[in-house]
This record gives sequence, structure tokens and C-alpha cells, in this order.
Amino acid sequence: MKFGTEIVALGLFAFVALVAAGFGVDEPFRQHMWVLFIVLLGFLAILLRNTSFATTAPIDPSAYMDGPIRYGAVATMFWGVVGMLVGVVIALQLAYPDLNIEPWFNFGRLRPLHTSGVVFAFGGNALLCTSLYVVQRTCRARLFGGDLAWFVFWGYQLFIVMAATGYLLGITESREYAEPEWYVDLWLTIVWVAYLLLFLGTILKRKEPHIYVANWFYLSFIVTIAMLHVVNNLSMPVSFLGSKSYSAFSGVQDALTQWWYGHNAVGFFLTAGFLGMMYYFVPKQANRPVYSYRLSIIHFWALIFLYIWAGPHHLHYTALPDWAQTLGMVFSIMLWMPSWGGMINGLMTLSGAWDKIRTDPIIRMMVVAVAFYGMSTFEGPMMSIKAVNSLSHYTDWTIGHVHSGALGWVGMISFGAIYYMVPKLWNRDRLYSLRLVTWHFWLATLGIVVYAAVMWVSGVMQGLMWREYDEQGFLVYSFAETVAAMHPYYIMRAIGGAMYLSGALIMAWNITMTILGYQREEEPMPGSIPALQPAQ
Amino acid sequence: MDYNLMREFADSWGLLVMALFFVGCVAFALRPGGRRQADEAARIPLKDD
Repeated sequence: MKFGTEIVALGLFAFVALVAAGFGVDEPFRQHMWVLFIVLLGFLAILLRNTSFATTAPIDPSAYMDGPIRYGAVATMFWGVVGMLVGVVIALQLAYPDLNIEPWFNFGRLRPLHTSGVVFAFGGNALLCTSLYVVQRTCRARLFGGDLAWFVFWGYQLFIVMAATGYLLGITESREYAEPEWYVDLWLTIVWVAYLLLFLGTILKRKEPHIYVANWFYLSFIVTIAMLHVVNNLSMPVSFLGSKSYSAFSGVQDALTQWWYGHNAVGFFLTAGFLGMMYYFVPKQANRPVYSYRLSIIHFWALIFLYIWAGPHHLHYTALPDWAQTLGMVFSIMLWMPSWGGMINGLMTLSGAWDKIRTDPIIRMMVVAVAFYGMSTFEGPMMSIKAVNSLSHYTDWTIGHVHSGALGWVGMISFGAIYYMVPKLWNRDRLYSLRLVTWHFWLATLGIVVYAAVMWVSGVMQGLMWREYDEQGFLVYSFAETVAAMHPYYIMRAIGGAMYLSGALIMAWNITMTILGYQREEEPMPGSIPALQPAQ
Repeated sequence: MDYNLMREFADSWGLLVMALFFVGCVAFALRPGGRRQADEAARIPLKDD
């Protein structure tokens, strides 16, 4: 590979970053451009050192393109550990405020690093690599566009690095889950359109006549995120050489745009995309077709039609018109339908193979993921009911709900998919160790249970303390008293998070050893049937 | 095209079209004879690697 065009383009891009670092109008922007310049320069150096003028073998157009998927699997693991580690750190910061190290590592800057780290870096890379894996194998076609997949992969990593360093430097749009400033948003838009072209192009050149349902979910995720990202980030920079911009919307319109984005980031990034994962990897690991394909089609359309309207439930009892709040609540309640349809479909795929839950820890992980999908999508609509929301809103209950979905559903289904894919991608007979998967499974599951249960108790207590009046109409508790009451729960929450993180570290070890080609000598899983010996 | 006009359109004709589209999707998925095709489609991931 000569990388001629890539090197020239990177050189120009790095030069632009250098100029911006020199002429930037505010200090954080100049620092951020220095970061960009150094990252691009490093990448340029790697490309220059790997330039080779030897003739390369022609690419077999019928073979699947798995290079970017291997990188994506490793990136998923790496960002997963980073994002979860930051999560444990900020959990401890809440319990022990002395751990706030100003200015770069205080809670305000680390919190978006955690949310973006786990949602976009860990979850995003998991979606990116599994979607490219699934679309090739269900369309029986090589990825479209030659090196486009490499651009999407590296472009997305650059977005993550720029978003993460921006938060630490104090650059933020203050829009939840959309904190990166305008220039990082523009870069993500370019990468995302390339991703859409890559995915759609592969579907268009498919050899399988039918488009398998997993690809519908992945495609809806890519298209909707493109739309949400562009509309939510419509803003005007103060200077084209500065890090500050102002939203195109104001007041309640701005708030609703933000939560239309925010809720559908949950609906289409953390739900639709990972459902695509479920509809491919659960049947593969169980070696059985999905329970009802027709139910999966209805699941898809119901989800698409309902989710997009649920956003206003984030703004109950605010300046948002009452009818819009009620609309958001009603559509949230209706979401029970597709959620449970999907959960039943995922679980019943195992009908006739239930013994695998006992013998196969990867299936067990996927089953728990689907169960948490069902539980958290039951809890969510319940919390969107205005009467319930008046107690739960702004409390830790919300945090507990988010984590039961994120750790339980998103995390577990991604772990399952990575455990399934890695031996296949690197042509290994099996994982390094199934026993370690069992360890990971129990640490993660118990970690979630600790985390969610503690946050329920803490959140309900917090909500009840806030609304406690005495007989003369005065509030009984000051805000500081509610904070002090939550201290023990914050410590327990950090322990739950640390358990989940240690499970992820075990996985990183297991995956690394699998990639390096080792197999651990160990007892087979109990209950699994030993291979039959031929009679002598 | 002001806000009220768009809102009225959204909660009348817009709602009707989308509801009918959804009902159509469900009806198409459950149409008689669709089962065989659906069972074939469900086997796509299992055919090979």
C-alpha cells in the first residue's frame, strides 16, 4: 500500500489544524487545535512508515472485508474499558468530592467524557464493527466503496478523540449527549454520511434477494442518527476560529429539540442499532432462526413509528405545552408494545435450546441482555407517566434506569457479539477461555443489580425528601441534607460500577489472549455433552 | 405556512397517513402466504459464514 492520497490529505489537514492553532481567537480552541495537529501528525508518521512500494495481491471482490471490523472490535474493548473507568471515577467523585482535580478532571468535565465514552466510543464502535460484519454476511457482498470503511473507522476514532479532549479542555455546547462543539459536529457529519454510503452501498450490491431484518434496524439507526445530529446541532459559531457557538433555537424550542435528539439517541442509537445486533448474533450463537420473523418486522415498524414522538417526556412540568407533554407520555406508554414484542422474540429464539443457558455463557449473556431490554423498556414508559415522573425526575432513579438499560442491555449484548465475533475474525477455534466469560458474566450481572437497586432506593428517597412538607407548609429538608443522605448509596453505586468494570477488564484479557492465539487449558463447562468417542 | 396550519395538518391528515402506513406494514407482514417467505428470510444468517 502506498497511501499516496491519504498522506497528502492528512498533511493538508494537519496544516489547517496548525494554522487554526496559530490564529484561534480563544485559548481552549488553540489548545484543541494543537491536540488535533499532534494527533494527525502522529497518524501521518505511521502512514509514512508503513508505505510500501511492493506490488500487493489484487483484492478478491467476493471475499468479505474484515480488516476494519477487527480494528473496530479492538477499539470497542479499549473505549469500553476507558469509558467505564471514567464512570467509576466520577461515581467516586460524587461520594468523595476531594477527588475533583481542577480544572481538567472535575466532575463537570469528566461526566460528558463518561457518557460519550460509553455511548459513542464503546457503543458506537460496537455498532460500527458489528453492522459491517452483519451486513456483509447477510447480504453476501463485500463492503461497498473500497477503502471507505477505513475512512469511516479512523474518522470516527478522530471524532472520539476530539470530543473527549474538548470536554477536558472545557469546550462544550452543554447539550446532553451532544456536547461537542460545532467543528467536531461538522466532522462527525462527514464521517456519518460516509458510513451511510458504505452501509447502503453494501445493501444495494447484495446477492441475497431479501434484506435481513438486522440490516433494517442498523439502517434505521444510521439514517435517524444523521437526521438527529444535524438538526440538534444547528448552531452559529461566534468565530470560525473559535470554540463557542450558539444554538439556532431558543427557549422551550431549544429544549424540545435537545430532548427530541436526546431521547432518540436512546431510541435509535442504544435501541434500534443494538436490536440489529440481537437479531443476528442471538440466532447465530443459538444456531436457530429467530422465533418469529414476522414479529420482527412488526417490531421494527412499531419501534420506528412510536419512538420518535417520545422525547417530550423529558420535559414534564416545564414550559413545554401540556399537549406536547401528554403526547410524549402516551407514545412512551405505547412503546411497551414493540419492546415486549422484541423481547419475547429474542428470548423465544432459544425455545428448544434452553439448555444452552446452562452450558454456554455467551448465550447466557445475550439472554440477560434481552431480559434487561425488557425490564428497562418497561421501567422507562412507567417513569414517563406524569404522576410517576413528578417523583422520579431529576433524581438518581433516572440514573439507575439509564444504567439498567446501558449496562444490562447495551453492554451485555455488545459483549456477547464481541465474544462471538472475535474467534471468527481471527480464525481461532474458540475463545481463550469460556470460564473467564462466566466470571465476566457474574461480575457484570451482579454489578448491574447492585448499581440499579441502589439507585432506585437513593432516587426514591431523594424524591420523597424533596417533596416532604411539614404541617405549616415548609420544606422539611434542605438540599444539602438530601445530598448527605445519599452518601452511602453513592459508595455502593461505585462498588457496583467497579464490579462491572472488573468484568470488562477480564473480557479485555480474554479477547487479547484469543487474538494472540492462546487457548487456556480448562475443564469444560458443566452440563456440556462431551464429544462422543467412536466404538472400538 | 404558519405553525397552526402545520400542527393541524400533523394531527389530522399526517396522523391518518402514518397510521394507515403502519397498519399496511403489519397487514403485509401477516398476509396469508407470507409465512413461508418469512421462514426463509429467518434462515439467512444461518446459511453460512
